[in-house]
Amino acid sequence: MTLLEMKGIHKSFGDLEVLKGVDLTVEKGHVVSVIGPSGGGKSTLLRCATLLETVDAGSIAYSGEYAVTMENGRAVYASPAALKSVRRRFGLVFQNFNLFPHWSVLRNVMDAPVSVLKLPKAEARDRAMGFLEKMGLADKADAYPCQLSGGQQQRVSIARALALDPEILFFDEPTSALDPELTVEVLRVIRSLAEEHMTMVVVTHEMSFAAKVSDHVAFMDGGVVVESGPAAQVISAPTQERTRKFLEGFNQL
Amino acid sequence: MSFTTMLTTMLPGVGRTCLLFILTAVLSLILGIFVMFLRQSRIKPVAAVTKIYISVMRGTPLMLQLLVWYFGPFYLFGWSIRGYRFTAILLGFVFNYAAYFAEIYRSGMGSVPVGQNEAAQVLGYSKGQAFIKIILPQVVKRILPAVTNEVITLVKDTSLAFALAYQDVFSLAKQISASQTSFMPFLIAGIFYYIMNYAVAFAMDRCEKALSYYTI
Ligand SMILES: Nc1ncnc2c1ncn2[C@@H]1O[C@H](COP(=O)(O)OP(=O)(O)O)[C@@H](O)[C@H]1O
Ligand SMILES: [Mg+2]
Repeated sequence: MTLLEMKGIHKSFGDLEVLKGVDLTVEKGHVVSVIGPSGGGKSTLLRCATLLETVDAGSIAYSGEYAVTMENGRAVYASPAALKSVRRRFGLVFQNFNLFPHWSVLRNVMDAPVSVLKLPKAEARDRAMGFLEKMGLADKADAYPCQLSGGQQQRVSIARALALDPEILFFDEPTSALDPELTVEVLRVIRSLAEEHMTMVVVTHEMSFAAKVSDHVAFMDGGVVVESGPAAQVISAPTQERTRKFLEGFNQL
Repeated sequence: MSFTTMLTTMLPGVGRTCLLFILTAVLSLILGIFVMFLRQSRIKPVAAVTKIYISVMRGTPLMLQLLVWYFGPFYLFGWSIRGYRFTAILLGFVFNYAAYFAEIYRSGMGSVPVGQNEAAQVLGYSKGQAFIKIILPQVVKRILPAVTNEVITLVKDTSLAFALAYQDVFSLAKQISASQTSFMPFLIAGIFYYIMNYAVAFAMDRCEKALSYYTI
């Protein structure tokens, strides 16, 4: 079953064409890693998928529910009500967490289920505590984000996204703002989600993580997907010269 | 004139100064919100006019503005200005301070990272919910020190109302000092302003402390 289908995505900022016709398909239960050099358009692709940017052309559908379609060569967005329902299908974990600093960890995780999904408070609290336990952060429920390490903050933001029960979860370089020893704890959490067959799209520079955890890898450069396929193939035996160059650069580090 | 007589003669002035201060503070803090939104309006002429308004308010003396508010209607339109004194004073103060507060609000809004709004949007909060629950509390925390400064300046600025013969503490001090050839009224006025500002600073400090449970 296809959870996400992005087709022919074009996106420009002024004169700069950042996405030049990108396709991305994500099957239920799969983990797709998006790799590639900085400036290649990975974040922009995720921001288009999560409706933080509007595309110039292309279509986006979640489980067949369209957020954008092409009509007469123009991208047309669905009605606000339809987009609201589409938004419930995905979650996004930011590179710099974007936790709400004025709320406790628990409130960060349980507020959206209460305010957006209209879950009863007690139920939302129990669920939130469950997710925090899963993240190993139950004892931090009453702490404020500023009292946590980066790794802990990122795990809270993962719990916050999970609390809305998304069908698919996007991560934009979830460990890039973290020290190496904190990176591990976040990658471990993502990996455990993968083992539970959470559908995920992860933009990452952690090649060994991508190789081990993902089903598919897409290599993006210059606003296009240069190469995509099974993780082992793309990372161990890339067919494209640009992919090879990029990965070689990584191995030399 | 004894010291106690002086005090009791100045007491109505204390009331007038407090009245002007409180009305101006409340009304301009509220009007400032609207001014801020107009300043950021997507309708270009609205934003442009608001920008000019703010720059005139900040770029000309408040005392001059008070005179214009009071005498303007008479000179420009020939309207009677009897009984209009306090209204003119209030208009002058409120429109002046609203401009300053609007700019403080604007910089406060600008200093909240866009990621906060984006996170709220992805989590499904409506724009209104995001503003009220997530952005506004952080804006309040960020602007509190600047607002405190402005409010303290306002306490002192209320004395400018003497330009329209408002019988506040400052005006009375001047009159009594002249009639009694005494320095004492100035001292009393000074102590009064100082205490009032001390109270303002104390209250604002309490607010800041109440919001210091988190850092941004
Ligand atoms: N809001 C924006 N305005 C203008 N240019 C942008 C904006 N966002 C991204 N870009 C540009 O788009 C290109 C791709 O950026 P990005 O998607 O962040 O790449 P990546 O995540 O792969 O590093 C870069 O050249 C970047 O400068
Ligand atoms: Mg990026």
